[in-house]
Amino acid sequence: MQAPPQSMEMPDMSNAIVAQDEMGRPFIIVKDQGSKERSHGIDAIKSHILAARQVSTILKTSLGPRGLDKILISPDGEINITNDGATILSQMELSNEIAKLLVELSKSQDNEIGDGTTGVVVLTGALLDQSLELIEKGIHPIKIANGFENACKIAVENLDKIADEVVIHEDLKDNLLPSSDLFKAAKTSLGSKIVSKSHDKFAKMAVECVLNVADLSRKDVDFELIKVEGKLGGSIDDSKLINGITIDKDFSHPQMPKSFEDLKIAILTCPFEPPKPKTKHKLEISTIEEFKNLQDYEQNKFTEMIAKVKESGANLVICQWGFDDEANHLLLSNDLPAVRWVGGSDLERIAMATNGRIVPRFEDLTPEKLGHAEKIREVVMGTTRERMLVIEGCENTKTVTCLIRGSNKMIVDESIRSLHDSLCVVRNLIKDNRIIYGGGAAEISCSLKISEEADKQKGIDQYAFRAFSQALDVIPMSLAENSGLDPIETLTTLKSQQVNEKNSNIGVDCLGNHQNDMKKLFVIETLIGKRQQLLLATQLTRMVLKINDVIISGKDQY
Amino acid sequence: MSVNIFGDQVTEERAENARLSSFVGAIAVGDLVKTTLGPKGMDKLLQSTSTGESMVTNDGATILKSIPFDNPAAKVLVNIAKVQDDEVGDGTTSVTVLSAELLREAEKLVDKKIHPQTIIEGYRIASKAALKQLDSLAVDNSDDSEKFRQDLTNIAKTTLSSKILSQDKEYFAKLAVDAILRLKGSTNLDHIQIIKKVGGKLSDSFLDEGFILDKRFGVSQPKKITNAKILIANTSMDTDKVKIFGAKIKVDATSKLAQLEKAEKAKMKAKVEKIKKFGINVFVNRQLIYDWPEQLFSDANINSIEHADFDGVERLALVTGGEVVSTFDNPEKVKLGHCDLIEEVIIGEDVMTKFSGVAAGQACTIVLRGATDQLLDEAERSLHDALSVLSQTTKETRTVLGGGCSEMNMSKAVEQAAQNESGKKSLAVEAFARALRQLPTILCDNAGFDSSELVSKLRSSIYNGLTGSGLDLNSGDIQDMRELGIVESYKLKKAVVSSASEAAEVLLRVDNIIRAKPRTADRGH
Repeated sequence: MQAPPQSMEMPDMSNAIVAQDEMGRPFIIVKDQGSKERSHGIDAIKSHILAARQVSTILKTSLGPRGLDKILISPDGEINITNDGATILSQMELSNEIAKLLVELSKSQDNEIGDGTTGVVVLTGALLDQSLELIEKGIHPIKIANGFENACKIAVENLDKIADEVVIHEDLKDNLLPSSDLFKAAKTSLGSKIVSKSHDKFAKMAVECVLNVADLSRKDVDFELIKVEGKLGGSIDDSKLINGITIDKDFSHPQMPKSFEDLKIAILTCPFEPPKPKTKHKLEISTIEEFKNLQDYEQNKFTEMIAKVKESGANLVICQWGFDDEANHLLLSNDLPAVRWVGGSDLERIAMATNGRIVPRFEDLTPEKLGHAEKIREVVMGTTRERMLVIEGCENTKTVTCLIRGSNKMIVDESIRSLHDSLCVVRNLIKDNRIIYGGGAAEISCSLKISEEADKQKGIDQYAFRAFSQALDVIPMSLAENSGLDPIETLTTLKSQQVNEKNSNIGVDCLGNHQNDMKKLFVIETLIGKRQQLLLATQLTRMVLKINDVIISGKDQY
Repeated sequence: MSVNIFGDQVTEERAENARLSSFVGAIAVGDLVKTTLGPKGMDKLLQSTSTGESMVTNDGATILKSIPFDNPAAKVLVNIAKVQDDEVGDGTTSVTVLSAELLREAEKLVDKKIHPQTIIEGYRIASKAALKQLDSLAVDNSDDSEKFRQDLTNIAKTTLSSKILSQDKEYFAKLAVDAILRLKGSTNLDHIQIIKKVGGKLSDSFLDEGFILDKRFGVSQPKKITNAKILIANTSMDTDKVKIFGAKIKVDATSKLAQLEKAEKAKMKAKVEKIKKFGINVFVNRQLIYDWPEQLFSDANINSIEHADFDGVERLALVTGGEVVSTFDNPEKVKLGHCDLIEEVIIGEDVMTKFSGVAAGQACTIVLRGATDQLLDEAERSLHDALSVLSQTTKETRTVLGGGCSEMNMSKAVEQAAQNESGKKSLAVEAFARALRQLPTILCDNAGFDSSELVSKLRSSIYNGLTGSGLDLNSGDIQDMRELGIVESYKLKKAVVSSASEAAEVLLRVDNIIRAKPRTADRGH
């Protein structure tokens, strides 16, 4: 055994914070102070606020229907063009801790609501910005946070008051008309995205998708049943909704029929290959008899497998694994078209859609376990060998697939994100059909309400209330700015209009419609979405304001 | 006080800077491929620094694919060109140039302080108007097969005229049309096999009605078979090993080993016997055939071809109408392939096997001859472009006129649309019309004519109602394109306009570029 080193390495005393005990001997409080960073007190809060402000200024230009996009270049040089707040933030490679908090914030908005991810970050930035001024006045951060909290309560109450309800028609077909509320809501959420080129199409697609899978009595929407698939090529207009399932595969043998009807599908998770027991084993052949037996066994196994499938009455085999050449040919000669290497999640969706069961062993295959659908066909795209299979008329009509086309990868990706957003909006409306009006109308109304309440408050809350109301003004102001309008002029006009006309539906006219009444333009947002935005933003502001000391330990030396 | 919120080496470009960098990148790419546009466009020599290989090409997508770009906007354009290549097969240069021109116009508008979203709105109105006009110009001749064939030949000629094959475009256009019409509406170009052989001149290339497989019969088998019955198989003809996992042979004496060997041989022999029962005289396998089974086949007067690859087998199955077989127990169920004559032919210096007088004539082979490898590669690319366009035209049968005619007509329609718009948008709509006019201008410039003169002539001619006028780049004046037979596919033109405006829109919307730290090769440090 080696002897331990005699002397410990002396700690680097030059940078350490050192105190002395009563005997005059030094002892170290913080080791390696030099490699650590520490900021505390007002300085820390200020730098946090600045960081948050920077993030929100980046996102601010993406707000609203006329917001602009960002190009994000990944470490591998891949480009991503988007104006979805959550996507931008998650790919920005932020190193600042506070900035990272904002990323989390937009993510949680995305998970809960699925839309309004940019708005929540901009609002937080504005709240922090306002609190900076108050801090400079010497107001304690916690008191500001408390004031914000109270103001937020009032704002949320106000939202409930001004909320309106949309009509969800009993007859599902009516909801697909361009005049229906759901349709218009989906359209609003797509307004700022690239797909606004084929606005109606995507809006219709979103509504149709959600209604197809929605359970209106339970007000529940299962997103698992909706698959959004992107495929390069064509234009956005070529995107379509398929009432069924697409599989990005082709038939295992080139000579199998390309399309046929009245499907009985065997969904298998066992390969058409010689059995491979999972336990480790060794099979030793030492005599000719054994060798021959083994051969027979091997061949019989294949015929047996096929016979089992045939027996069950299936006329289409979908398998998670591969096929042996011989098995493949046997399938062909037995008129059993088959698809191999279908991914697990696709397999599940097929099973769900066709009311079939996933069968893990050939022995378990029975007619009851087969899935049923009307038709399968192979679709060829473009000049390359891009093929996919479409299964239509599934027994469980609830599954839908949105096939998104676009001339390049970035457009396809962005369209998928946009469609997802509007799917979320429609889902939220089905869950809770209360809405508030967009275009900053709700923010202006809340801002007015809070500044009215401000004068009733005693003490520091008065300041916090005013700050909160000003922070809310940032949203309509940014909307106006992004639309090329004069922000201050627009805001003041809108405010006076709201007060004078006692109409809380007045918002920023982003698209130049010469109409400020958002109810008439039908620019709406979901109530839960907006409420969530306010609550999350206030919460995060409080969190940031509470931090007054940051110690970053030095990077590991290697 | 400023706080750095980004990670190490992350760079950010904002607002004007970001917009500038995407404009500059896109315009640079456009300028790069601009000179290859049109029948008088020039080629590019691409040399790889790592391998030293060189390539001469005039195909926009190929050029862009081979150049590594760092600029994000440039990458978007490359992507667009690639998609155009996949979807239509040609027009890759046009789509790149048009989007670059659209951005060049947009840059001017942004300088005039017009909001990018307003420009986008204008561009959308414009592209809608342009596509509508294009739609009304399109002619459909699919009912009249004679005329349709003429259309196809003209499209092929137009496509080929800007490529290396332009010298022999008549010949190759006929070749391509023949090949496509054999497909009978299928767009699967895999059924057209292109074989390149160095030597001879381009016009020595030919379309073979039959099918040529770059393989030979086994040793000492007859070189010629008439009235062939072919079994196409995908099976192992080497040792045919036991497939059961974990099986292993263990013997304790040499004699037993010999017995096993015999059993193995017997197994192979049994397989050959089974195959013999099919009553065939040619056996084509995707996998290897070992000497011994080959010898057995020879003894049974069956010619065998080994190691015909996936594509080869699949094509052969198509041409001869046979099935690809892997089990041999039920001869009566299997469809065999038939052809009148199989013989070995010599093309250039290589011996190949030619199947002629085939049952189903869907597939065919084009043999390209030419002086150098580069020439052959470029010829193949050009031919592929033409074939893709033609195959797409058999689906979308409408055609429009080339030679800058469609562009000028669209530009006219867009300008009219601009007059109906009020507000700033109309400036953007006009800009779109200008960008469209750039395409004929570039065609003229590349051909060495006075573009301002010619394009304004063309413009007045079209505005005067001669909607068929276009540029005749051989004589340098305005002619009726329909008479000259300069025809392009409607699908191609439509894809060019819609993709280019989509790309321009994507780039216009950008106001911020955030670049993550590039991944370095040596990880960890």
